[in-house]
Formats: sequence, C-alpha cells, structure tokens
Amino acid sequence: MSGGVDSSVVAGLMAREGHEVIGVTLQLYDHGEAVGRKGACCAGQDIHDAKRVADRLGIAHYVIDSEARFRQSVISAFADAYADGQTPVPCIACNQHLKFGDLLEMAQGLGADALATGHYVRRIETQAGVELHKAIDEARDQSWFLFATTQEQLDYCRFPLGEYASKAEVRALATEMGLAVAEKPDSQDICFVPSGSYAKIVETFRPDALEQGEVVTENGRILGYHQGIARYTIGQAKRLPDKAAHMVVKAIEPGSRRIIVGPRGAQSKSVKLRDVNWLTSPRALRAGVKLRARDNLHDSYIYPDGRGAVLELDEPAIAAPGQAAVFYGGSRVLGGGFIV
Amino acid sequence: MIYLDANASEPLCPEAWDAAVAAMEMGGNPSSVHQAGRRARKLLEAARERVARFVNARPADVIFCGGATEANAMAIHALGQGRPLLIGATEHDSIRAAALGATPIPVLATGQADMTELKALLARQPYALVCLMAANNETGVLHDIEMAGKICADAGAVLHVDAVQAVGRVNRDWLALGATSFSLSGHKFGAPTGAGALVTRPGLEINALFRGGGQEGGRRGGTPALPAIVGLAAALGRAYRVDQITAWRDEIEEFCVSCGARVVGAGAPRLPNTACLALPGVRAETQLIVLDMAGICVSSGAACSSGKVAASHVLLAMGLGDLAGQAIRVSLPWNTDEHMVRTFQSAYAAMAARALQ
Repeated sequence: MSGGVDSSVVAGLMAREGHEVIGVTLQLYDHGEAVGRKGACCAGQDIHDAKRVADRLGIAHYVIDSEARFRQSVISAFADAYADGQTPVPCIACNQHLKFGDLLEMAQGLGADALATGHYVRRIETQAGVELHKAIDEARDQSWFLFATTQEQLDYCRFPLGEYASKAEVRALATEMGLAVAEKPDSQDICFVPSGSYAKIVETFRPDALEQGEVVTENGRILGYHQGIARYTIGQAKRLPDKAAHMVVKAIEPGSRRIIVGPRGAQSKSVKLRDVNWLTSPRALRAGVKLRARDNLHDSYIYPDGRGAVLELDEPAIAAPGQAAVFYGGSRVLGGGFIV
Repeated sequence: MIYLDANASEPLCPEAWDAAVAAMEMGGNPSSVHQAGRRARKLLEAARERVARFVNARPADVIFCGGATEANAMAIHALGQGRPLLIGATEHDSIRAAALGATPIPVLATGQADMTELKALLARQPYALVCLMAANNETGVLHDIEMAGKICADAGAVLHVDAVQAVGRVNRDWLALGATSFSLSGHKFGAPTGAGALVTRPGLEINALFRGGGQEGGRRGGTPALPAIVGLAAALGRAYRVDQITAWRDEIEEFCVSCGARVVGAGAPRLPNTACLALPGVRAETQLIVLDMAGICVSSGAACSSGKVAASHVLLAMGLGDLAGQAIRVSLPWNTDEHMVRTFQSAYAAMAARALQ
C-alpha cells in the first residue's frame, strides 16, 4: 500500500470480498532526505495516508523497511546503468526485486494465500496456466513494467485493477469506500526523484557519469561537448551542440565518454535482448513488441538466444539499451527482455 | 489480545485511573488564584511531595513535564551548556536526538556500558555531561549507575540518568548513586500518558526549554497536565511482583531458546520483565506480524512514528550484526498472568517452527 488511490482500493476490494487482509507499505527511501528537508519525517504523507486507509478498512497495516534493498537494487543500479550509457527503467527493477521479490517472499512467510497489488494489468487463469494481460484501460496499462514477473510469481499475485475501464472508476470506488485518498493526484514518474531531476541521483552515486565528454559523428568528427553521458539516451535530439542540430544520439560509449550522433532514421532492424523472461514456452515466434513504456507495437520475429533473445523487426525502430522490449500476442504478455 | 509490550507503555493501574478521573472531574488550573485553582494546586503539590518522597528528593527538585523525552531534552539543554556530551551507545532516541554530536560511550557485548572506556573518555574531557540510561528499553540491560556515578564524580563530570524503564521495576536512589538529574515517565509504570518528571540534585538550576507562564518554578512553562500527574504519583510506589514477573520472563526465555531463539543481553543484570529474543535468519518484521496476527502484541527495535522498524541501534552497538534486525522484545506488563505467558509461548513456537522450517 503506497498510500495512493490504486493500492488503497485494492486493499478495500480484498477486504470487501471477505479476505483477511494484511496491508504492507514498503518504506523505500527516506522521504526527508529525498525532499532535502532536514528533520522531516522519514516517512512523509504517503505512509500516513496508507495507515489511515487501513484504519478505515479495519485491516492490519505494517511498514517494512526496504531502504537498504531499494538503494542497492534500484537507485544504485539506476545510476550504474546511466554510467554505462544505458537508459534504465527503475520501476521494473523495483517490481522485480522489491514488490515481487522481498514483499512476495514476506507474504509467503506470513502464510498469505496471495499478494494483491494496485498494478493495472490483468491476470487470466486458463486451462494451460495463468496468463498476464494488458489492462482493460490501455491508457493505464502497466504490463510493460511487469514483463519480468515470473510464472511462479504470477500464480501467487492478484491484480484486480486491470479489470476496470478507467481510473475514474477506481476513484469512484475509493469514494464509495470512504477513503480519503480518492482524489489524491497520481504519483510521479520516478518516485525517488521528486524534483524530476535524476541527474542529482546519478551525481551522488556515479559522479563519473556527469563528466564532460565529446559529441562526435559516426566517423569521429568532434561536433562539440556534453556535460555527462547520463543526460542522454539513444534517439535523443535534445541537449546536443548546435553543430549537431537535426541529429540524434546513435550510441553512447561509457569508457571514452563519447556520444555518437548521426542523422535521424537509419535505425537498426536487429535488436539483442538480455535476461529474457518468457511467459509462454520459449520458442521462435512472431509478435508485436513494445520498445518503450509508451510505444506502438512493432511487428517482429523473435527467437530465443540462450538466456536472451534476438528481435528481427519488420521496420527499423529506436531501441535504447537498458529499456525493455516486451512481446505481446494480442493483449497477452508473452515475455520480454532488456535491450542490450 | 495479549499485550506484552509494557516497555512501550504499561497498562493503566487502578490507582492511577482513580486519581486521574478524580482530577478530571474536579478540573481547575493550579495557577488560578481562586478556590478552584487552590484546590488544583493542592493536588499538584501533593503529587509532587509523593514523588519526591518515593525517589528520595526534595519536592522543589521535582519538575513535572510532558514525559521523558521532554525531561531528557530539558536536562541536556540545561546541564549540557558549555560541556562536552558523552552518551551511552544504546541510549533512547530522546537522548540521542537531544545530544547531537555527542561522543558515544561504547557498550560491552552484554549491553552494559564499558566503564573503562568511560574513564578514558573523561580523562580527555573531564567536565562532560554524561547521559546513561538506568535500564535499556530494548534489552532490559541495566547499566552500573553507581560505578558511573563514582567515575563522573572523580572526573568532575555531571551525570544524567534516563531512568524511565527502571522506575517502578528496579527502584534505586538515583541521586545518591551519583546522578545529578534523572528522568521518569508515568505511563511506563501504570499512569496515563502525558506526564513525566525531571528530578535533580537539591537546588540545581534548570534553564527552561520554554518559559511560558513560569510554571514549575520557572523551569517548565505551560499548564501542568494535572490528571496525568496525579495518576503518575498514585502509580508510583505501587507494589510490583518482581519475583513472579522474573520467573515468567525466565520461563519465556527458556522456552524460546528451545525453539531456536537467542536471548540478547543474557549475561547482564536486567529488568525483571524484559526478554529480547533474536531468531536467527528471520526478519523481526515477519516475527512481529505473525505474532500480531495471532493476537499478540510485542515490539521490535525502536519503531519510529511511521511504524517503520529499522535494525536496532542498540543491538548493533552490542555487536550483533544481522541479528540486530531479527530480534523482538517481549516486555511483560504488571498485570501479566499465567494464561498470557502460555498463549505467547504457543504462538512463538508456531511462528518459529513455520519460519525455520
């Protein structure tokens, strides 16, 4: 329970169905530290809100200290990825290591029958097993962020919000349940970067990723300088020197701190993936692939390659290392991996 | 519900209940000059005299305040002026937060303050203010206040004792043992929350944290919480079943050890009611939640107001490493009975068996 409307409504739905519900909030980072206010409460308003929701629903609620784990598995890994010239997705790491890692393990340790979360995805039980699907409300769909959920984890989890047609319906439920968070605004993109400037985080953990370097063309001509590779992602046109106008980032070289630019277009058709999670039997197949969180489907041929996979896209597209490529068969998530 | 978290707050005792209710019914502000005020004042001063008698101090040296956090802050604010600060490594947050930048006095593996280290620290900064707790809230371990008092006196240092967990359970004459001041809190011995006291050596000047209307001899502004204060005085000196509580605590420890637990601080003199039980490899939060779901209230580490349970700084200071995040505290209240002890034991056995399977 994050203290937001989604997980609050999930707790309410579970309680309404008559389950014995244990509310858990993961304390992921020191709120006082994150907002830069000395002496501020470590928890902030969100934990307070979660507790008030639990009070209202009449369920138990606990706060679990996950700061050390979050720092290591999410924040530090986030900075490392930038320093390595990649564009990380911290929410995927958090789902993998915190929510469907430690939290799920704790739920099982407590003897709980299932772990319910406020993610907008659907879990559909079929004769062949449990499947992961996009949310009914495509605008809210979070399946891309959950591609790394394993089959075992999926079996144990419940995602009631994926069945609702809109956030408005979820808010209406919160109002009906008398939850004070019903009108609370949606959370920001990256929760541990409240000011929206991730460069500060990278600077703390990997100052080397914010050192100056050269911006060069594919044949090595220097067009200008940049203030740190962490500020760039593949396909980006912003923050390039004037001489690189109308160009985009083609590659980032962490060792030499060089950013290679080139003309738009001329994107690659073949994309390598690592750490692939299959939610169907691993095999060569054709599917639609999303290469970013908000992306159209790219028709592609996919074949497994050891623990990874290779995409052969019908049409070339921008694929930024560190981002996820998720395979869809209709609304169903078939698997996915991280772009190399 | 089985409540075994007395170190967080003891259940209200009937004497305190009666006294507090009577004061609430009576009403009045002790500072008022009319008869209602005089009546309230009489109750307040009677409470002060009772407390003074019990702790062997003069009534004039008993300052009522909101609780021990305030009493500790007041002591450090008043006595720490111009002095280096030395505080035990396992002190409560109310001391740690009020003594920022203080030098820690290390503890031995038993949890007791290392007196050799204290001597060495005082040799370098003889005029320090030393803060040591009489009994630790998490482990129940008792520091040797008498020895600390002597060492401080020899060096010319002053000693403030946080006696919150000891008062009512292990009563000593803290001033005679060498404390310049000590703090106590009513709800740790059966009174309502909201009142505590700082007790000082005769005539010690205390510079107020907030002066307000000059109450408590100009040492603590604000209308005193009379119902809580008379409750505190009524609860103090109430009979405490030391032998019975100790026997149950020992039984609990022996039982939990047979389930795989380790007793923290077992080698030191301790409070009669406190058992700090580490279950290797099992997160304290998990233990606490399982027991809570079984209707048993215990605690772990020092929970902050958010309810987040962090690894205990007390157990870390004792060198317990990972175990510091795997220990729960069982603290028996004054009204413990056989049924509570047995219910806890069977719930603990089930929890440990499941967690360690």
